[in-house]
Amino acid sequence: MDWELLRTSFWPMLSGGLTGTIPLSIASFAIGLALALVVALMRISGQPVLSGIARFYVSVIRGTPLLVQLFVIFYGLPSIGLTIDPWPSAIIAFSLNVAGYAAEILRAAILSVPKGQWEAGHTIGMSRALTLRRVILPQAARVSVPPLSNTFISLVKDTSLASLILVTELFREAQQIAAFSQQFMLLYLEAAAIYWVFCLVLSSGQSALEKRLGRYVAH
Amino acid sequence: MSPTDPLLTATGLRKSFGDTEVLKSIDLRIDAGRVVALVGPSGSGKTTVLRCLNGLETPDGGTVAFRGGPSVEFGGKVSKKEALSLRDRSAMVFQGYNLFPHMTVLENIIEGPVRVQKRPRKDAVADAERLLGRVGLAGKRDDYPFNLSGGQQQRVGIVRALALQPDLLLFDEPTSALDPELVGEVLTVIKELAEEQWTMVIVTHELAFAREVADEVVFMDGGVVVEHGHPDQVLRDPREERTRRFVQRLLHPF
Repeated sequence: MDWELLRTSFWPMLSGGLTGTIPLSIASFAIGLALALVVALMRISGQPVLSGIARFYVSVIRGTPLLVQLFVIFYGLPSIGLTIDPWPSAIIAFSLNVAGYAAEILRAAILSVPKGQWEAGHTIGMSRALTLRRVILPQAARVSVPPLSNTFISLVKDTSLASLILVTELFREAQQIAAFSQQFMLLYLEAAAIYWVFCLVLSSGQSALEKRLGRYVAH
Repeated sequence: MSPTDPLLTATGLRKSFGDTEVLKSIDLRIDAGRVVALVGPSGSGKTTVLRCLNGLETPDGGTVAFRGGPSVEFGGKVSKKEALSLRDRSAMVFQGYNLFPHMTVLENIIEGPVRVQKRPRKDAVADAERLLGRVGLAGKRDDYPFNLSGGQQQRVGIVRALALQPDLLLFDEPTSALDPELVGEVLTVIKELAEEQWTMVIVTHELAFAREVADEVVFMDGGVVVEHGHPDQVLRDPREERTRRFVQRLLHPF
């Protein structure tokens, strides 16, 4: 085992993770989640046109590979005169992708809140928007934490695809050092270990969040 | 309109769900300070009447008018805002309580006054505490609903409605979801409200309670008001055969 290589490659990889993988994941997830809420609300709006658009969007995103989506944005769009840098391209692709999956999660979570909650909001004079914000979404949030955590963890790993559009992140660092040192097994296992640690941290964050949001239900 | 006019007048209320005509021209007048019990077999439309008064359902036709407004004529082009204005005068207590599970008892109660009526939080809290004390739940202010019994939850539901300071309280089978031993504590609270001259419409199957508390009983069946009048008359000496059969069935279930 080449301990020296392990040691000298660790910092570039970790730093690729901290300055690439993690910010890319967080930014894409935040934007994707906001977009997902819009898509979910369109889907349950009862308006045929809006819900049709939402349904179509989810179908396209879920029905095509993420790598292809990424390549369409980074390598495809320039041919119609739209050139986007690697980082924004990656954020756009990942956000749109997250939105497709999270929209279905949020839709189900919103619909899982009993109708009586909407009626209680109505009777105390709330508008539908206020009821959604104050009554429905906090309850929907609780049930959507586990599936959304899955989406987030998948996203963290999927950001390794951004290495293919030249974004400097954890896996691209690993690839570069591996190409240079020819120690593929060692470096890719090291990269895998760092991803794993990131995801372990996320899982414990998920547990804490579930506990906090679940404080008002019987255990 | 003069002060002696009824607080609420509903005329010719009609409502269908799909092909089922649930309400066939219902007339109702409710005087201020009076308690009206709406009774009848399930499916008779009594809950739908209540929901129409609170704007939870939009009637297909008819008029709902509060003294001093709003007055809404349904059937033609009714704006959403117009229909929604009805709920500003009334508040509903639900069969299944429908408390907000993610809010404490206090938060449940002050949500409407603070968020909708824009009253100062301090006043709303003081009011909520006073009302909670009145229904015997002063110590439960910071509990979440799941920690309360059904009877306690329903009493919070009543306080949540009272805190809005409505002119009309609507009760939709307030004790039907409760274990039998918890029914009394909720009915006691409603009875006290009646003694304080709150105007109330109560959909209920508790005939003994209706006879004791209500000033008027309205018996509905098949989407029409079959008969209405003083509780002693309607429940003890019904004029209509349908009413007689219903009362008999409730008094002697088997």
